[in-house]
Amino acid sequence: MMYLADVVALTRKDLRVELRGRDTLPAMLLFVLSTLVVFHFAIPEDAGDNAAYGLLWVAIVFTALLGLARAWVPEQEHGVLDGLVLAPCDRSAIWLGKALATFVFLLAAQVVALPAFVLFFEPLDATAIAGVLLADVGICAVGSLLSAMAAAGRARELLLPLLFLPLAIPLIVGGVGAAVSEEGGRFLLFLLLYDAVFAVLSWASFEYVVTE
Amino acid sequence: MGLALVLALIVAPEDADQGISQRIFYIHVPIALTAYFCFGLGALKALLLLWRGDERYDLESYVAIHQGTIFGALTLITGAIWAKASWGVWWTWSSNQLVLFLVLFLFYCAYFMLRFSLEDGPRRARSSAVYALFGVALIPVSFLAIRLAEDFIHPTVFTREGPQMSGSMFATFVVSWGAVTLLAYLLYRVELAGKRLDADLRELREALQ
Repeated sequence: MMYLADVVALTRKDLRVELRGRDTLPAMLLFVLSTLVVFHFAIPEDAGDNAAYGLLWVAIVFTALLGLARAWVPEQEHGVLDGLVLAPCDRSAIWLGKALATFVFLLAAQVVALPAFVLFFEPLDATAIAGVLLADVGICAVGSLLSAMAAAGRARELLLPLLFLPLAIPLIVGGVGAAVSEEGGRFLLFLLLYDAVFAVLSWASFEYVVTE
Repeated sequence: MGLALVLALIVAPEDADQGISQRIFYIHVPIALTAYFCFGLGALKALLLLWRGDERYDLESYVAIHQGTIFGALTLITGAIWAKASWGVWWTWSSNQLVLFLVLFLFYCAYFMLRFSLEDGPRRARSSAVYALFGVALIPVSFLAIRLAEDFIHPTVFTREGPQMSGSMFATFVVSWGAVTLLAYLLYRVELAGKRLDADLRELREALQ
C-alpha cells in the first residue's frame, strides 16, 4: 500500500508541475497536429489507404519522444532526482510514477490526435484503438527508463531517439498490424507480450540507472 | 587459430556443390551465430555486473558487445552479398534474419552512443549494463515482430529451400563455426587486454600527477 501511495504522489507531482508550467503538453498537441497536416502533403494521392496508418504511428512515436525528452528535465534542473533517490521509497516507484504521468500526457495528446486522424484520413476501429493504448503502455514504460538514462548524458535530446527507436520497432509492428491486419487480435497479444516483458525489465532495472 | 581459419576456407569450397554462391553460407551463418553469442555474453556480463557490482564486468561486457557489433556488421555485409548472388538484389526485407540484424545493429550502435555520452564511472557501467540487458530481450521480441510484420508487409514470403546438409558439408560448417568462434574469442581477449592496459596506464598517469 505504501508503494502505491508513493507512486500516486509522484504521478500527481508530475501532473501538477505540468498544469502549472504547461511546458510539455501543449507542445505535444501542436506537434501531433502539425505532423498530421504535413503527412497530408507527404502522401501522394494514389498511395493507398493503408499508408496513412503507418504515418499515424510515426506521428505517435515522435510525439511520445517529444514528451519523453522533457520527462526528467524538471528533476534535472532543480536536483529533484537526487532528493527522490534519497527519499525512503522504493526507487522503482519513481519510474512508475514517471511512466504513469507520461502515459497521461500521451493519452491527452491522442484524445486530440486520433479524432483528427479520423477526420483527415481514415477511420479507426476498436482493435486499432486498443493497439494504440497497448503500445502507449510500452512506450511509457521503456521510454521513462531510457529517458532517465539519456538525461544523465551530455547530449540528452540527441541520445533519447537513438536509444528509443530500435526498441520501438516491435511496438510499431504491433500497432500498425492491429490497425491494418484482418487478424488484429494477434497483434494485440504481441503488444501485450512486449508490454509485459519490457515493463518488468524497466521496473527491475530502474534503480541501477539513477543511483550514483 | 590461423590454421583453423585457413583450413575452413580451404575445406569449404570442396563441398560446395550448390553453386558458388552457397559457399558464403560457411562464413555468413557462423558469423551470425557468433554475433548472437557475443551479444549474449555481453548481456551475461552485464547481469553479473548488476548482480555482483564488480567493475571488471563492465569492460568485459563492453568488449563482448563491441565484438558482437563488428560481427553483426559482417553478417549484414555477407548477407547482402549472398542476397545479391541468390536473389539478385542487395537488400531484401523478406529475409527475417537480415532485418533482425539491421535492428540489432542500430540498437547496439545506440549502446555505444550511450556509453560515449555518459561520464566514466559506476553509473555509466550500470546504465550500459541495463541497456545491454534490454538488447537480449529485444532479440526474440524483434524476431517475433518481424515474423508478424510479414503478414501485412509481404503477403508472399520467399521460401528459402534449405538444402539438406550432407555429412561433409555439416562437418565443414562445424569447422568454420568453430574457427569463427575462436577468432571472436581471440579478438575478445586482445581487445580486453588492450583496454585493460589502457585503463591501467591512465590510473598510473593520474597517480603520477
